[in-house]
Amino acid sequence: MSGSQSASGYYVPHGSHWPIVGSIALFTLLGGFALALNGYGIGKGSMVIGVIFLLIMLFGWFGTVIRESETGMYNGQVDVSFRWGMVWFIFSEVMFFAAFFGALYYARHFSVPWLGGEGAKAATHQFLWSSFENVWPLKSTPNQTLFTQIKEVIGPWGIPALNTALLLSSGVTITIAHWGLQKNKRGQLNLFLFLTIALGVIFLFCQGYEYIHAYHELGLTLHSGIYGSTFFMLTGFHGLHVTLGAIMLTVILFRCLKGHFKPHHHFGFEGVAWYWHFVDVVWLGLFIFVYIL
Amino acid sequence: MSHSHAAHDEHHDRAPSGLMRWVTTTNHKDIGTLYLSFSLLMFFVGGTMAMVIRAELFQPGLQFVDPQFFNSMTTIHALVMIFGAVMPGFVGLANWMVPMMIGAPDMALPRMNNWSFWLLPFAFILLLSTFFMPGGAPAGGWTMYAPLVMQTGDAFPFLIFAVHILGISSIMGAINIIATVFNMRAPGMTFMKLPLFVWTWIITAFLLIASMPVLAGAVTMLLTDRFFGTSFFSAAGGGDPVMYQHIFWFFGHPEVYIMILPAFGVVSAIVPTFARKPLFGYSSMVYATASIAFLSFIVWAHHMFTVGMPLAGELFFMYTTVLIAVPTGVKIFNWVATMWKGSMTFETPMLFALGFIVMFTIGGFSGLMLGVTPADFQYHDTYFVVAHFHYVLVTGAVYSIMAAVYFWLPKWTGHMYDEKLGKLHFWLSTIFVNVLFFPQHFLGLAGMPRRIPDYNVQFADWNMVSSIGGFMFGLSQLLFVYIVIRCVRGGQKATAQVWEGAHGLEWTLPSPPPYHSFTTPPVVK
Ligand SMILES: [Cu+2]
Repeated sequence: MSGSQSASGYYVPHGSHWPIVGSIALFTLLGGFALALNGYGIGKGSMVIGVIFLLIMLFGWFGTVIRESETGMYNGQVDVSFRWGMVWFIFSEVMFFAAFFGALYYARHFSVPWLGGEGAKAATHQFLWSSFENVWPLKSTPNQTLFTQIKEVIGPWGIPALNTALLLSSGVTITIAHWGLQKNKRGQLNLFLFLTIALGVIFLFCQGYEYIHAYHELGLTLHSGIYGSTFFMLTGFHGLHVTLGAIMLTVILFRCLKGHFKPHHHFGFEGVAWYWHFVDVVWLGLFIFVYIL
Repeated sequence: MSHSHAAHDEHHDRAPSGLMRWVTTTNHKDIGTLYLSFSLLMFFVGGTMAMVIRAELFQPGLQFVDPQFFNSMTTIHALVMIFGAVMPGFVGLANWMVPMMIGAPDMALPRMNNWSFWLLPFAFILLLSTFFMPGGAPAGGWTMYAPLVMQTGDAFPFLIFAVHILGISSIMGAINIIATVFNMRAPGMTFMKLPLFVWTWIITAFLLIASMPVLAGAVTMLLTDRFFGTSFFSAAGGGDPVMYQHIFWFFGHPEVYIMILPAFGVVSAIVPTFARKPLFGYSSMVYATASIAFLSFIVWAHHMFTVGMPLAGELFFMYTTVLIAVPTGVKIFNWVATMWKGSMTFETPMLFALGFIVMFTIGGFSGLMLGVTPADFQYHDTYFVVAHFHYVLVTGAVYSIMAAVYFWLPKWTGHMYDEKLGKLHFWLSTIFVNVLFFPQHFLGLAGMPRRIPDYNVQFADWNMVSSIGGFMFGLSQLLFVYIVIRCVRGGQKATAQVWEGAHGLEWTLPSPPPYHSFTTPPVVK
């Protein structure tokens, strides 16, 4: 047993070695990444070891928590603590995306117009790149030997619109799955959870197709100036979060199939559902600010 | 379900022994001790770098280190002191005190609490190992401005990832404090009954959660600009180096309040205790803290007045900046009003708290001067700025941590520290910290630039004075370590209440308190 509960119901888990495993894993992974970026071959090996340790930690840590939850060691108070934790974790993620949305806003409303000769900052335009024009989407960067030209950007009403439909419907299916869990209709729960994951995976495939298209035919890459930078960093981090969300949903699906969760006690499910909705909302922001406007 | 576990309580109440106790612990007091010890260690690591800086600046000309290494010293000194000494110091205090103050057995998410701490040593191994890399440690300043920081050698990605790990640690620590305060309060402990230290820490936690991810985003953009071809901070691709400064300071200004709001909480605990009067204007203190936190998100560009912003921006950020003086003034006046006609005694924690009030206010006033745009054009990047932020961070944040340590050490260890030595530590520190930093105001106003290893001979006298103050201040801190270690080892037994005027749940527990603070919730009336 790894925890104790006093007569009053406070739950305090005791010593855990998973955090230190996690720290060593992150250290090996990121230290290795840094070495690799500096061109040292040993870095990649270190990254692989780091990822393995990270996976062991995640399996071990979440496994412990799931076991404790299923044996009924968590009371209502622990449940609420988890909820507070998840809500503010998601908020911190929102702020991470905010930095990149902020960069997009700054580029469109300040740096690109200034480089195009507007306002009090016209000197750069005048003396460095006098032929540079302020247009958005920015296809031609000020210095085209450093940052390549874009032939065409991706319009909103093709794959991005489809992706929006996919993610929005996945938000509906996960809610139906949740209703199934609450009414103890396990068939409905499993089916709609599976559908949610499927929609997420299709989204990722569409996004992957779009990236290949952008790189090979449109000349839209990470190297193509501020448009490519903001486009790929925003959609890329979003895609990473969809991947993470889909993995978490898959874990939840396996747990559902094993008969975990009760109609009134299923924070694991809800936490992941919140995360999925957050990913959904970020996409809406992307669709509007990256693709449409 | 609870009965079988309850039977094990006796067994579990004993801490496991050996090194693994500290590595695997989920106990808020153990983790608090780890944080505070780590903070002290980093205080001396960063302090050693400060000594190198002051030694080089003792006389004009280049004496001991080459300019590149000097720049590494200023850069890493700042990162170590901010992320290694001050922030972990306050998190350590929160770990120890918040559960005891709200009547909880422990933090809400104890395993995550352990991870928050145990990420720190690894982040600092990444950061400090850069001294031994080709190109040396980062030398572009702790603010990591693009494009200068892009010239960092092999240290560059290590710097970025160290910041990422520190961010993860801080965010998890903040989430834990929010979950604890919102969910673990004893029955009857309503929000407006919370001790101010708890209040200031929740607000700090919100600042952390809102600002640290933005820093993570900023350094991620640096990383991709350097290695993956993006052009966020390169005008050649349509980006802007100034954009980095905006994103960085959107984090950076809330960060300075992250380092000072908990200090306000500490002082608000100590002053009423030794004035033997309840805190004057409790609710106004809460609202003032919240206002400062809100304002801290709309003042960031006061760090960038000289970078070339539209006039409207210069004015907006000037007005919002000086507006912060209002809630801060409310706090100062409340502390003074608390002491008014109190029956005061001047034990060491009170001395440090009073030192805080006076010297933090000096730092606040120089901050106001810097906040005035046209004046800042003169002061920007001079030693006046260095003097300003060391008054708020050393005689502000660090003084409050020392005050807190003296205040709560008897509670933590069960022993009284040596009062005579404590007072000696205060007076030595206070005299020499002023010898160290006050002349830097003059140097700055006379035009001496910061972050430069050499200077014009006209600045020689005050630099020598400042360096002497620096060495003596540094030496005085060894006395602090001696006092703390002696107190941990033994000394006169402390009572549960410790101080005659102390009030609050933490003083109802014995000194030292049991391993799990409140296993049955106390009822607060
Ligand atoms: Cu500021």
